Amino acid sequence: MPQPLVEVSAVSKTYTIKADGAKPRGTLKALNNVSFTMDKPERIALIGPSGSGKSTLLRSIGGLLIDDASSGEIKVMGQAIQSKGRLAGNVRQARMNLGMIAQQFNLVGRLSLFTNAALGHLGKVNGLRGFFGLWSKDEKMAVMRALDHVGVASKANQRANTLSGGQQQRGAIARAIVQDAKVILADEPVASLDPVTARKVMELLVKVNTEDKVGVIVTLHQVDYAKRYCDRILALKDGVIVYDGPAGGLSGDTLKDIYGEEIEDAYWEGAVS
Amino acid sequence: MSKTAASDQASLNMATLAPPQTSFMSRLITYGGWAVLIVLLVTSFKAVEMGNIELLFTNSANTQTLLKEYLHPNFSDWRNYVDKMWLTIQIAIWGTVLSVVMAIPLSLLCASNIAPQWIVQIARRLMDILRSVNELVMGTLFLVAVGLGPLAGVLALALHNTGVLAKLFSEAVEAIDKAPVEGVRATGGNRLHEIVWGVFPQVAPLWTSFALYRFESSARSATVLGLIGAGGIGQVLFDNLNSFDYARTSAIAIVIVVAVTAIDFLSQAIRKRLL
Repeated sequence: MPQPLVEVSAVSKTYTIKADGAKPRGTLKALNNVSFTMDKPERIALIGPSGSGKSTLLRSIGGLLIDDASSGEIKVMGQAIQSKGRLAGNVRQARMNLGMIAQQFNLVGRLSLFTNAALGHLGKVNGLRGFFGLWSKDEKMAVMRALDHVGVASKANQRANTLSGGQQQRGAIARAIVQDAKVILADEPVASLDPVTARKVMELLVKVNTEDKVGVIVTLHQVDYAKRYCDRILALKDGVIVYDGPAGGLSGDTLKDIYGEEIEDAYWEGAVS
Repeated sequence: MSKTAASDQASLNMATLAPPQTSFMSRLITYGGWAVLIVLLVTSFKAVEMGNIELLFTNSANTQTLLKEYLHPNFSDWRNYVDKMWLTIQIAIWGTVLSVVMAIPLSLLCASNIAPQWIVQIARRLMDILRSVNELVMGTLFLVAVGLGPLAGVLALALHNTGVLAKLFSEAVEAIDKAPVEGVRATGGNRLHEIVWGVFPQVAPLWTSFALYRFESSARSATVLGLIGAGGIGQVLFDNLNSFDYARTSAIAIVIVVAVTAIDFLSQAIRKRLL
């Protein structure tokens, strides 16, 4: 049996909330014993109301958040990212299989789109070449191919902060392609974009998934986008997975249970049956 | 709506629209601050001999002689003045560049979002010490170590500016957006990669601006350093002042003002392009 791309076992995350005025110091359980596996390169949408734990789960998978000590383990391509509230010793190695895309693109604004995408090589080159950005001819060509694949090769020399949101998000996807990531973690990648650009970015994620066989886990506020562009949906409520199944199997009643009064805000372009 | 209800609504509106009140404590701090300043000025009036201000006018004959010579600057030795001014600028350039080179790693050690807290505290105190010792005092110390000449000036400026720049640089580092740094980390880059590709590009314009500002200040400070024997235009200025040659002193002052103004304009133009 082939190795799963992502394994999340019994993960919990508790935040400490600082005292604020009359409110005393407290804790918030953002994830509560969450488990799931991505066995093949599929497109998984993480949905749920605000504060349900979607972004926390995604950042935990990326090793950007450290889970509770009572947690189980997170593995990507068989390599541990974190276990029992401690980052794995070779987390850098494990992260090389993960491409991360964020709502605010996380590109370095003053660097060109080319340099930003080339940073995808960082995990693979030795210290000095990475320090000075001395990319080989093949590495430079790989960057240009990735930028071309996502449709922004003509913007390679432009500073990232002079580009539109959609172009920057494409640059972030190109960086993940350069990285040769096996799984892309996208944290609300379309939340800052207009609907037309948002659709194009989602279509690009579908393309990367189907053509390059890269698994995609994407947090989305828009249920219609989750149903339209993803194969599988994981719905979270109060840090617990309340639905894990095919996108088509998510009923309106289940959605009402998950979102409650927020249900109307969960659609961007109208309900999808 | 009944008359009573309307009147209740009106008083509610008035209550909602009431201008914000300054708290008693806030007023106490404001007035207290002014009172402390006034007390300080009154008690230090005698210590700084402000009562002698009238000498500025009663000794007007001396002032007139001084002004008369100053209004007729003697540029006969202008080549020497320009040479010495250029030496002063070179002292400032070396002093600033060395301080930038030292301040970059030290600023990372002073930044609480980069280094552990115990290192931050040690590094910051070290920078406090460098900043608190004036360039003139440092220059005197280096004169003993390396002898008379521009090198003492360069070292004094470099060390003092390191303290200033490390503080300014570290504040810029602490204010960065952490998202691009996370982006670099997510690619599998190490800590050094995060700093080089995530932090440096974000702070580069501010750092350059700070370095240019310190260069302007160094050009002025290097002039004064000449007074203690660290070479440059300051030394010539001091010699002429000691021999009461105010016409030559005036010419030197004009050369300094023109050079410092030109440096200010140049660095301002560069800063505008960067920010």
